[in-house]
Amino acid sequence: MDLVLTQPQPLLKRISWLDWLFAVALALGAGYAYGQYVDHLSYYERAVLIGAVPTFAWLGWFWKPIKPLMAGIAILSLFAISLYHGNLARMDQTFFLQYLISSQAAIMWMCTFLVLATVSYWVGLLGRSEFALQAGTWLTWTAVLMGFTGLMVRWYESYLISPSVGHIPISNLYEVFVLFCLVTSLIYLYYEGRYATRQMGAFVLLVVTAAVGFILWYTFDRQAEDIQPLVPALQSWWMKIHVPANFIGYGAFSVAAMMGVTYLFASKGILASRLPKLEVMEDIMYKAISVGFVFFTIATILGAMWAAQAWGGYWSWDPKETWALIVWLNYAAWLHLRMINWVRGPALAWWAVGGLLVTTFAFLGVNMFLSGLHSYGHL
Amino acid sequence: MSTATRTIQPPGKALYELLSSMRFAVSLLTVIAIASIIGTVLKQGQPYSDYVFQFGTFWFDVFRILGLYDVYHAGWFLVILAFLVVSTSLCIYRNSPNMVREMRSFREHATDKSLAAFHHRREYVSDLSVATLAQRFEAYLKARRWHLKTRPTEDGGLLIAAKSGSLSRLGYIFAHSAIVLICIGGLIDGNLIFKAQQLLGIKKIETRDIPENQVPAASRLSTSNPSFRGNVTIPEGGSANVVFINVGDGYLVQDLPFILALRRFHIEHYPTGQPKAFDSDISIYSPDGKLIKNATVSVNHPLTYDGIAIYQASFGDGGSKLALKAWDLFTPKDQALDMTGVVHSHTELKTDMGNYRVEFTTFRPFNVEAMGKGPPPLTLKNMQVLGGNPTQGGEGMQNVGPSFEYKLRDAQGQAREYSNFMLPIQIEGRWYMMSGMRTAPNQPFRYVRFPLGPNDTLASFMRLRAAFLNPQLRTEAAQRFAATALGGGAANADMRTKLAESTAKMLDIFSQGGFQALGQFIQTKVPKEQQDKAAETYLKVLELASYSLLQLADEQAGEKPPPPGAVAGWFIRDSLNAYSDLFIYGAPVYLQLTHYDQVQSSGFQLTRAPGKNVVYLGSLLLVIGIALMLFVRERRMWVRLRPGGVLLAMSAAKKTIDFEREFAEHSASAEKLVKD
Repeated sequence: MDLVLTQPQPLLKRISWLDWLFAVALALGAGYAYGQYVDHLSYYERAVLIGAVPTFAWLGWFWKPIKPLMAGIAILSLFAISLYHGNLARMDQTFFLQYLISSQAAIMWMCTFLVLATVSYWVGLLGRSEFALQAGTWLTWTAVLMGFTGLMVRWYESYLISPSVGHIPISNLYEVFVLFCLVTSLIYLYYEGRYATRQMGAFVLLVVTAAVGFILWYTFDRQAEDIQPLVPALQSWWMKIHVPANFIGYGAFSVAAMMGVTYLFASKGILASRLPKLEVMEDIMYKAISVGFVFFTIATILGAMWAAQAWGGYWSWDPKETWALIVWLNYAAWLHLRMINWVRGPALAWWAVGGLLVTTFAFLGVNMFLSGLHSYGHL
Repeated sequence: MSTATRTIQPPGKALYELLSSMRFAVSLLTVIAIASIIGTVLKQGQPYSDYVFQFGTFWFDVFRILGLYDVYHAGWFLVILAFLVVSTSLCIYRNSPNMVREMRSFREHATDKSLAAFHHRREYVSDLSVATLAQRFEAYLKARRWHLKTRPTEDGGLLIAAKSGSLSRLGYIFAHSAIVLICIGGLIDGNLIFKAQQLLGIKKIETRDIPENQVPAASRLSTSNPSFRGNVTIPEGGSANVVFINVGDGYLVQDLPFILALRRFHIEHYPTGQPKAFDSDISIYSPDGKLIKNATVSVNHPLTYDGIAIYQASFGDGGSKLALKAWDLFTPKDQALDMTGVVHSHTELKTDMGNYRVEFTTFRPFNVEAMGKGPPPLTLKNMQVLGGNPTQGGEGMQNVGPSFEYKLRDAQGQAREYSNFMLPIQIEGRWYMMSGMRTAPNQPFRYVRFPLGPNDTLASFMRLRAAFLNPQLRTEAAQRFAATALGGGAANADMRTKLAESTAKMLDIFSQGGFQALGQFIQTKVPKEQQDKAAETYLKVLELASYSLLQLADEQAGEKPPPPGAVAGWFIRDSLNAYSDLFIYGAPVYLQLTHYDQVQSSGFQLTRAPGKNVVYLGSLLLVIGIALMLFVRERRMWVRLRPGGVLLAMSAAKKTIDFEREFAEHSASAEKLVKD
């Protein structure tokens, strides 16, 4: 009998040399940033910087493809930064910056790749083409690479405008929409890898394409891509954790809703032969909602703590806060509903799809139709 | 026959069952979500007059009784929340003992019969002894961090009962206790104490607009009030020892255990002009006036003193002192009177057209406007520190200098609002003093442009305006115009007199009603088909005659009139427009700002929230609890060892794909474990 059977690999042995290298690279990068900018960082920002090392090291170990992705983002971003020579005007003078990896160019590439990925997934689904599906996966990964590079470079560009203007690019509706596309795509890619099935990409990428459509409209109709300085209320380290946590929630809920749509289609026999089994969709739906619920809870709590510092109270029944609560209650209800014996898949799928409407209203509708303290994201 | 088999429960028990059921939980969560929507659709906490205006008196009363203007503190909403607390508590009470038992139990007394009924079960044949098998399986499970308990069975075999992921049960207790904790924390910080006192008639809301020190004790809350959230606005150099709490259509006065003084308020800007920071330099004094500490509070950086947090909430004018020139608009006087004003206070104004009250409302030291295109500038009025939209601003924005606003109230109490800029503004290459007027607060300002004369002051325009109101000068100007137009010779004397008369008449009409009066005159006196032509001629004559009028007025004042030409032409045209607009301006005077001494004020929010730590503790428990519940799966495994064979069975609360996969993995491993 194998010893392996009784002795599962201890944690340290399951970490390969590549994982170690990745962690060391992260630590070196953070160490460099710390040494270079420590005087400009508050204690909390230092904690965020240091905390990023184990977080991403763990993420890279937990999900292997994160490592090459982050390496790619780092290489492309550093390359772009090196091309700037500290001069923002070079954005329109250097070939690589103008057409490939200035923040705006990279984000436009992200949009392009995401649309192509959606088309590929649909061709693959309808034409039963494994090749097209695989292309969809690769296009999505490339889009994620370009999108994150775009955000990184945008972060740097904001400091080139003026050191006092510089800030992490998750502060307005344009920037968070890019973040939404990236997070949703990544969450989907994780489940795609985990369940070894690509067909659902066709559905999930639809919601991402809708977001891409919004970004394009917002860019070309409203010139929203300009980097703007932060209003005083947003100048806080809380933003660096509150916003990403929120968007992991939104992204996961979107994936769950699209799983719901896929489930409903398949359960009615539409495309059923081309899609995975219903249990798979149901399982991903549950998992995505679980992940989304945990992160959304964290995000709302962080938001409350930030509000306590900036607005004078951890809960003011501001429309955005209230809608966050409504979203939370909705998914809490979903999770309870799942425990009731007589509630079956289709009801849960419908509820998850409805959840996306509630989530979208909380994310966009509140800014469009209601006024309140979260008014930095007007349309 | 189904009724016969149904067990009849006592009502108390039935209620308990209902409140702690999953169905009730789902319904309750949905109901709270829907109820919460109301408060986001209907703007909360607005002045009651706004609601009356919006809904009419009937619906206003209905909505008021339903508490829709402050939904989240309405009785019925609190009752729903109370249901949430009760239901959650009952769930905890009902399920926790079972949960704890489940967490601790290994279910090692499972019988062969019950194991045989498991869906996830596999049997193996083995030549190995029970002891060897036991050792192998125990090592296998322990290496995977399963907890196990072994029990010998009557047939000489063993039963290994194992479990993993029991923490998910703890997650249930954490998450649900957290909800109760958070609600209790929120309740502590709510205004429950006041509500109770209000119900008992001890306290009541103050609705009158009276000085703070006249507010009776029934509407004051003492410094021992454990939790509050109030606002106060303090001008620079001023101080406060109370805050105001808005409740319904009135307010309460909360006494503070210290004195809060504002030394200075200042705004920092980005290079692009948008505000970067709002800072208040404050001092805290003890009630007897001893300085305790100096500090600066800004957005995101509150100060906590004596358990009370002080936040930067808004800013405004704290009573800036304004030096003004009051230009009479409807008297033949061409000199201005000096006057002073203080923002947030008022001055009486006596004019020939009656008595007015000037109520100074705002002063802004700078105004960033989109210049160049579009209608007259609209001023950014957002004086809130929070929010704001950074995508506004940027290109084409320009600081056009200070402005102030005032209301002019006549003897009947009717008021119009005015917004005057201190500095001239350039439009289409020419400079004007801008004065905006509106008759209702929700309208945009409409601007009169007073043109600047040759020496870049208002003096020229005001002289011309005064001359229009001087009949003697008008006649003289008409004669001078006729003389220049027709030459001085005796031959034209008749025509000259006629032209002078008609010109004087025209100037007279214009002086009494501007272009509108002139237009009416043309409409009534000139045949329809000739009206356009006549209007053109009249306009030409009016401009030229006005130039003569200006010349006369300037000469009288000892000033040099502007030489004829394009510049003078535009000045005359602009002057005529401005003069004509005076008839809709609706004020007997124009107030020109000459100097100011800005006094700012800062709005603070002060809170005392002892429930905050309870809420945070609840939040921590909530996150841990949810993560445990959702990410830790509870599974059980039984390995029944008998001489010659092994039975492996597994169970989980929810049969997911992961569980199926895990069962497949363990049953494959067992295959190897039972071999030599």
